[in-house]
Amino acid sequence: MTDNFTALFNTYSWEQIKQSIYEKTSYDVERALGNSNRTLEDFKALISPAAAPYLEQMAQLSRLATLKRFGKVMQLYVPLYLSNECNNICTYCGFSLDNKVRRKTLSPMEIMQEVAVLKEMGYEHVLLVTGEANQTVHTEYFKRVLELLRPHFALISMEVQPLDTEDYEVLIPLGLNTVLVYQETYHREDYKKHHPKGKKSNFEYRLETPDRLGKAGVHKMGLGVLIGLEDWRTDSFFTALHLEYLEKKYWKTKYSLSFPRLRPFSGGLAPKVEMSDRELVQLICAYRLLNEEVELSISTRESVVFRDHVIGLGITSMSAGSKTNPGGYAVEPESLEQFEICDERTPEEIKEMLKEKGYEAVWKDWDRLLQ
Amino acid sequence: MLTIADKVFNSRLFTGTGKFSSAEIMEQALLVSGSELVTVALKRVDLKDQEDDILSHLNYPQFNLLPNTSGVRNAKEAVFAAQMAREALETNWIKLEIHPDPKYLMPDPIETLKATEELAKLGFIVLPYIHADPVLCKHLEDAGTAAVMPLGSPIGSNKGLKTIDFLEIIISQSNVPVIVDAGIGAPSDAAKAMEIGADAVLVNTAIAVSRDPVKMAEAFKIAVIAGRMAFEAKLGSINSSAVSSSPLTSFLDD
Ligand code: SF4
Repeated sequence: MTDNFTALFNTYSWEQIKQSIYEKTSYDVERALGNSNRTLEDFKALISPAAAPYLEQMAQLSRLATLKRFGKVMQLYVPLYLSNECNNICTYCGFSLDNKVRRKTLSPMEIMQEVAVLKEMGYEHVLLVTGEANQTVHTEYFKRVLELLRPHFALISMEVQPLDTEDYEVLIPLGLNTVLVYQETYHREDYKKHHPKGKKSNFEYRLETPDRLGKAGVHKMGLGVLIGLEDWRTDSFFTALHLEYLEKKYWKTKYSLSFPRLRPFSGGLAPKVEMSDRELVQLICAYRLLNEEVELSISTRESVVFRDHVIGLGITSMSAGSKTNPGGYAVEPESLEQFEICDERTPEEIKEMLKEKGYEAVWKDWDRLLQ
Repeated sequence: MLTIADKVFNSRLFTGTGKFSSAEIMEQALLVSGSELVTVALKRVDLKDQEDDILSHLNYPQFNLLPNTSGVRNAKEAVFAAQMAREALETNWIKLEIHPDPKYLMPDPIETLKATEELAKLGFIVLPYIHADPVLCKHLEDAGTAAVMPLGSPIGSNKGLKTIDFLEIIISQSNVPVIVDAGIGAPSDAAKAMEIGADAVLVNTAIAVSRDPVKMAEAFKIAVIAGRMAFEAKLGSINSSAVSSSPLTSFLDD
């Protein structure tokens, strides 16, 4: 077994995978639906255009599998944006270096003001988000933030720049439970185009981040691609391949998947590839039919109607009441946001909606004593 | 073709040498089976004697000998036995069997893990005989095992794949070859193990104690090939149609 995902990844060709997905037929889809242990080949069929007429059947199966494994509960989390400083240029992001806006990194006091609001909302699970500004927002800063937050939250996740194994090894004992790191796209050349400058332009370093997390012994990690940059079907295949590789290798770690669709932001770029609601439902169901254990997460990027309906289809965790700007909850509500959110409902409203659907909102599903 | 450590095997049927009515019959049966990996119990052979009855009947280039540690009761004894075998048989391959319980010969997971760690460090190619325990398999991988050999049912019982649900989990998450060991009583069991994706099976009693071991060896040979072919060709799906309640995707049409 190789030591990191790149070696396996390099044995695949984007074009060949793409072609094999688009060549799938209704026969392949029916086989995939009928199988009980589905393979990546089945997954290809389920995300292919040929599966479109089977969407309702996929949704029914996905619902059953999700209920069997997770029951009628929904994990709720909230992002806490600590900084919008960033040294990278990413063509799709509001925090990009070339976007001339005022930058802000929250001080300890400001963080605590934000925390007060989040606690008021009932949150026990917080997702820390920053841009990539290594001179201000670095491991030392994260250490201080974790020390500050740990007494207040049962579970702390992080979505920041990729770090080295040693950095994760320092942060995990301080209470870091989950790390999300999205590859954005697995298309090597396009990745370079979208990340022309900064540390993030190193495709391999990003690709091997989950390996470094696995080696550091992180409790949970989240994967995904940014939908809109490249052919979403091919990108999703590579995400599934990555997940399968990681699950086998870092078998004590839990995994989650997200499927962020490009959203408007200041200075924005139109998605190269549009994904319809129908296609996103197809993707959610395909992931569930491939993997009954993986957590599937949906953010407030999506619309109210859409979020309400996908709850019963395979989703197991969602954010609510989110602000995507540093200080957005209390300190500086008008600072630059990373992207516009779509579902503006409060956590309380989300909880009520879940209740009406027969679901329980879960605020706490981990205890820091366990770590 | 199957690769374990750096060795390539054409046959996915591994065989044992116990319980045959004579060394000649054993020899004939194993030759017909096509097997390229043959286990020998250290406790049964005379390591110092080139003319040992069992060993002298296994003197063919296609047979790779896999000494097993059957008879040891803990990790310490197993490591010692493996070192003896390496010296006498000039192979660093070892089938690790630690069963302190003399009645059912149930493998001891704790001592097996300990011994695997140590033997891997000493440069052995370790193939541990274990219960069909998926978590243990992952620990063994981390310890450096070359393959895992979960049991299908109690050793020598001929009861088949009683542990199939766990074998399926092991196969689905293993990074090393999975060889189903113990309990395979009929060629159909072997075929089934191969159909669900096992990399190989190890058969001894079912061949050795049948009325015609040579014919049975051939039957196993064919069954293993058939099972593997079926696995590679992908079995047709068993149709489970979805329960349709109210439509879940109609909101997309609004
Ligand atoms: S996506 Fe991340 S790295 Fe890229 S500009 Fe935005 S915050 Fe910076």
